[in-house]
Amino acid sequence: MAAHLSYGRVNLNILREAARKELREFLDKCAGSKAIVWDEYLTGPFGLIAQYSLLKEHEVEKMFTLKAGRVPSADVKNIIFFVRPRLELMDIIAENVMSEDKLQPPREFHILFVPRRSLLCEQRLKEQGVLNSFTNIDEYILDLIPYDGDLLSMESESAFRECYLENDQTSLYHTAKGLMTLQALYGTIPQIFGKGECARHVANMMLRMKREFAGSQNQILPVFDTLLLLDRNVDLLTPLATQLTYEGLIDEIYGITNGYVKLPPEKFAQKKPGEGGKDLPTEPKKLQLNSAEELYAEIRDKNFNAVGAALSKKAKIISAAFEERHNAKTVGEIKQFVSQLPHMQAARNSLANHTSIAELIKDITTSEDFFENLTVEQEFMTGVDTDKVNTYIEDSIAQKDPLIKILRLVCMQSVCNNGLKQKVLDHYKREILQTYGYEHLLTLNNLEKVGLLKPQLTTRNNYPTIRKTLKLWMEDANEQNPNDISYVYSGYAPLSVRLTQLLARPGWRSIEEVLKMLPGPHFEERQQLPTGLHKKRQQGENRTTLVFFLGGVTYAEIAALRFLSQMEDGGTEYVIATTKLLNGTSWIKSLMDRPEAQIL
Amino acid sequence: MAFVTANWNPLGEAFYRKTELYEMGWNLKDGLRDCLLAAAPYGGPIGKHFWKKYTLCSTLPMSFFSPPFFSTTLYSKESHWKSGVVRQLGWTVCDDLLCIQEDGTVLIYDLFGSFKRHFSMGNEVGQSQVVEAKVFHSPYGTGVAIVTGASRFTLATNIDDLKLRRLPEVPGLQGAPTCWAVLTQDRQSKVLVANGGDLFILDYTACTAVNPPGLSPQASSIVHMCVSFSYKYLALFTDSGHVWMGSANLKEKLSEVETKVRNPPKQMAWCRRPKSRQPSVVIMWDRHLLVVGEGKDTISYHLEDDSILVPEMDGVRIINGTNHELLQEVPASCEEIFKIASMAPGALLLEAHKEYEVNVAYGINMLPQNYMDKSIGTAAHCLHPHHTEMSDRHQHISAASFGKCFLSNFPPELFVIMCRDLRVLNAVRDYTVGIPLTHTQFKQMTVQVLIDRLVYRKLYPLAIEICRYLKTPEYQGVSRVLKHWACCKVQQKEESDEVIARTISLKLGEAAGISYSEIATKAYECGRTELAIKLLEFEPRSGEQVPLLLKMKRSQLALSKAIESGDTDLVYTVVTYLKNEMNRGDFFMTLRNQPVALSLYRQFCKHQEQDTLKDLFNQDDDHQELGNFYVKASYKEKRLEARVAHLQSAVDEYNKAKNEFAAKTTEEEMRLLRFQKKLEEEKGESLVGFSLHDTLRTLLAVGLHKHAEQLYKDFKVPDKRFWWLKLTALAEKEDWEELEKFAKSKKSPIGYLPFVEVCVKHHNKYEAKKYVSRVTPEQKVKAHLAVGDMEGAADAAIERRNEGEISTILSRCSPTTDRALVERLNRAKSTAAKK
Repeated sequence: MAAHLSYGRVNLNILREAARKELREFLDKCAGSKAIVWDEYLTGPFGLIAQYSLLKEHEVEKMFTLKAGRVPSADVKNIIFFVRPRLELMDIIAENVMSEDKLQPPREFHILFVPRRSLLCEQRLKEQGVLNSFTNIDEYILDLIPYDGDLLSMESESAFRECYLENDQTSLYHTAKGLMTLQALYGTIPQIFGKGECARHVANMMLRMKREFAGSQNQILPVFDTLLLLDRNVDLLTPLATQLTYEGLIDEIYGITNGYVKLPPEKFAQKKPGEGGKDLPTEPKKLQLNSAEELYAEIRDKNFNAVGAALSKKAKIISAAFEERHNAKTVGEIKQFVSQLPHMQAARNSLANHTSIAELIKDITTSEDFFENLTVEQEFMTGVDTDKVNTYIEDSIAQKDPLIKILRLVCMQSVCNNGLKQKVLDHYKREILQTYGYEHLLTLNNLEKVGLLKPQLTTRNNYPTIRKTLKLWMEDANEQNPNDISYVYSGYAPLSVRLTQLLARPGWRSIEEVLKMLPGPHFEERQQLPTGLHKKRQQGENRTTLVFFLGGVTYAEIAALRFLSQMEDGGTEYVIATTKLLNGTSWIKSLMDRPEAQIL
Repeated sequence: MAFVTANWNPLGEAFYRKTELYEMGWNLKDGLRDCLLAAAPYGGPIGKHFWKKYTLCSTLPMSFFSPPFFSTTLYSKESHWKSGVVRQLGWTVCDDLLCIQEDGTVLIYDLFGSFKRHFSMGNEVGQSQVVEAKVFHSPYGTGVAIVTGASRFTLATNIDDLKLRRLPEVPGLQGAPTCWAVLTQDRQSKVLVANGGDLFILDYTACTAVNPPGLSPQASSIVHMCVSFSYKYLALFTDSGHVWMGSANLKEKLSEVETKVRNPPKQMAWCRRPKSRQPSVVIMWDRHLLVVGEGKDTISYHLEDDSILVPEMDGVRIINGTNHELLQEVPASCEEIFKIASMAPGALLLEAHKEYEVNVAYGINMLPQNYMDKSIGTAAHCLHPHHTEMSDRHQHISAASFGKCFLSNFPPELFVIMCRDLRVLNAVRDYTVGIPLTHTQFKQMTVQVLIDRLVYRKLYPLAIEICRYLKTPEYQGVSRVLKHWACCKVQQKEESDEVIARTISLKLGEAAGISYSEIATKAYECGRTELAIKLLEFEPRSGEQVPLLLKMKRSQLALSKAIESGDTDLVYTVVTYLKNEMNRGDFFMTLRNQPVALSLYRQFCKHQEQDTLKDLFNQDDDHQELGNFYVKASYKEKRLEARVAHLQSAVDEYNKAKNEFAAKTTEEEMRLLRFQKKLEEEKGESLVGFSLHDTLRTLLAVGLHKHAEQLYKDFKVPDKRFWWLKLTALAEKEDWEELEKFAKSKKSPIGYLPFVEVCVKHHNKYEAKKYVSRVTPEQKVKAHLAVGDMEGAADAAIERRNEGEISTILSRCSPTTDRALVERLNRAKSTAAKK
């Protein structure tokens, strides 16, 4: 069921199995039939660990969403709340428990805190007078969720906002804990590199936790050679740019949540001859996207311009495979053909789906608006006229294009210019406030706080230096047969990935100057391994590096890292971990503050 | 060697044997008469309470006899009983003694007779008095059940997490029931009560009458009952002298036997073992012990003295004034070896080994070849330590080791593990320790529990020896013992803090996984705060230090430790604690020095206490945040005046923060709101809350051009944006006349291409064409293409000799396009390219 997790360099299925085991153990603790009341936010991440069938096997008969009022009646012995440790949720739970029907046979209540139990929440339950109503109060440590064969995510939407805007380091604590769990399963990671304030904080916590657990030394041969912790705010530029890989574009346009995407259904209607188009489905088409699907694994990381060719090549192979049946003469041959049928049919369905998706995306990428937007982005990234008010942005505001699009562009300009001149900045801000409403003053303020928007304090703009030293712009990006990571943005090489690449070869010492220009400290730590666990590297064996993006990572960056893993002379394979998978839109959205205006 | 089977008695298919464990070392004049006595399972300690009939005398001597033999002086403690009348004694799972008093108070003592704590079984018990009480064990811990004079039962499933459950009334029950027992079924503790011939099951909610299937009709009353160690089986003794045995859920009857004794027994206990071959119950009267099985046969023993029965998982211990014995079913493996004329491999091997010791060759030959292959089982059999006699064990081990020599592929682990276990069992059975465990019990109980029990007896060196010998992981074994030792050490009042702290750190120094905070907690509980703080310094986990520091009122230190740990939840906890403990000013000052805590508290306030948030910003003179705060607050207001008032406060704050831009924009917002309100009242057009852009758009849409103009001037809307706005608004309204007028009003700051495009967007090519001529040359081609005029586009492009533009037009050409035009374009393209 989750075989694709075990194909990668590191078998991430071990982690998933450990998480499933723990879930089963907890469910069995509450003997008898049960209903789960979900904190809605958690259902997505949980879907990556366990399907409903697992819950059903452990006598989960009903599922509800956590809401104020009373838990719907269900003839079960146990009611289990699966919640994040949040005070506002505690109040709802208390209300649920107190309004329980006294006449019905008593149901036992349990709480499962994800990812960690909290004294503060328990205190709140105590104040509400319901703490004693719970038979079990437990925690389900779900920090890093295996997302794909080489990808782990904490699925924590607000991590960036909390860390960089609100100075709340809770998610960093969870990160450190998650990395400890990872090390318990995959061995101590001998080398830790990092860049940024948050990275430093996480590394400090990890080292501290290791000291605290001295004694319970694990005796596992390390799977990872290096851990690289990167703050998102070291590279604010990359997520702002429009991703141009297949997966990146799906995410930009339709949004991938917890590994699923919802698409407009029209293109997917099964056209049967003679039926006409009378029953067009209205429900969005939901598809799961991961490397379990062979075709998807092949094309996801390609530049979108190379996807068409790949699809048609695949189509030829599949139809050739179906043609094989004419060559099947003997019973044995026919039997063999038939045995391959399910696999072939799955491949054909997958091809049909992706052809439809590619068509949908193509409609958008060939539009003038998309082209103009991209042109402006690329101008900014190459440093053209970043110090002036941009006409395209002005016109877009005047036409009241989506606010997030505007914010992405303005922020990008600011980042590429190391801040905007006060006059330019104020002009943009005024335009935005007058067009979209004054309430966005708070959002703009937030963007300034995290450094996405800023007034230029010095006349020196160090972005060009960074761009040149790190070769962030490659004029001749080859989209079809890439030879550099810059293909993922058709020219722009993501800064974060460039840093990763340079760390592996020739090392950061060569770019000290640039590193100093980027925010936060850079550092290196070593963790002692118990004697006997030092890996003896085979000739030509690749190193494995875990790259942790604190504050989120885009699909295009992941694609770039996968590209590096596959480079023949790369010498390093990458596993990626992050607090959340994001794109410019979801990222900016998480930083917005929108007070709900009351109607006067 | 003693004749092994001498004390075996047959009963049905199995044999039973009674073997002596210890000779009792206590010196009692009256034996156990008039005593309350309780012994814990798994070879646990025995507690005794002299219960002389003169209750008026309030001081009763009490003594504990934990290792029930010679060295009573080692552990026993004679104490003068000053409290009330004790109804029942019992041991908890952690070897604490419970004394349940008549008034419902339960006193808890440790193994050394020192008082730990007490709790009550409910206030209502005070008047009605406890008539009978029972202590029971379940997966949830140790429980207590009582029945009062008012015939009501109260039950607590776990005394460490006390939740009293008053059970429903039993119909028709007056005074004490004839007999009762506690069962654990379906994760709930229930009481089974007999009132005369009626039997009831009491759970938390209901009292249900039940009938044991196939109970002999002669019986009119159930006079005694007992439940098996596992709570799976139940035995009832009736006034007709019958013993009914069945499953505890009363669904199945196993057997019924007539004992021919009619007077009620003193005690009854199940005598089973895992894989028992038959159900059997031991019944005890004053001087008579009877083992009853399935069939009619019984085994009868005479008792010398008053005794009590202690049920174990694999037998029954019998304790009296002089002896401590174990009665159990002989296990099958053992029976195979020792049964007369047994040909089982084990028996043969033992025999062969015996001969071998006399005559080597003969002994080896005695092992028939065809038994060799079975010898694996043989060796294992011989090793099965169901034999309590020490001498036997030796014999068996050497026999097994002898047998092992003939095997090439016998894995040695089994033999080694078994020898190790036996060595441990022998060590703890030694009279100075006094835990007589059988191997079955040991396996069930696990090493961890055994270590715990040694620790309760303060036998630290032995516990550490065993941990090392069994190679228990350090933090489960040695470290745990050391921690307990340290906890005990801190209670030694005669030594100074300095010395104790040093001794402890020296001894625990390199041990892994020691929780210094637990030791410190202990020290604090003993009133040694200074020592506790000293010990906490050794604790590497800063998170662990926090709760104790809070308890000791070292809250500032607690806060910095919490921050150090990185665990934000812990920081929150300390902050909430500080908030309640300090006055507001001090509290805020403390937070100011701890930025991490401050920002977390701000988060908390944002969601929970808006007003405090404001105070916090005020305190820090954070005017920018205060401004934001007022802006946010303004949106919560339903009335215009209130909203504007909040905005005004925001403006003031922004000014103080020197954020000119924010102040100006917020003023603008106020202005806009007032304007909108006014216009809304005048024109009835709903406007309030719209952005400036949307307000203008609405005004233009409904034709209030003058007002729109006014707004545009008042708010200094850039020309470009206003033109865009007006253009789209008019096009949407399809007011083409007005649009044309507007286009001619002055030179468009956005050019005329947008006019063309917007008209096309609203499907009016005719209007669009009007503006094409006014478009700048650079955009002409685009404009022509937008209205679909290929010729015009071609002309413009050729005129400009722009290769790119020509290509664009060519790409838009379709097969229906004029061929001449295409050719013209191609020609122009090649000339343009040449240049």
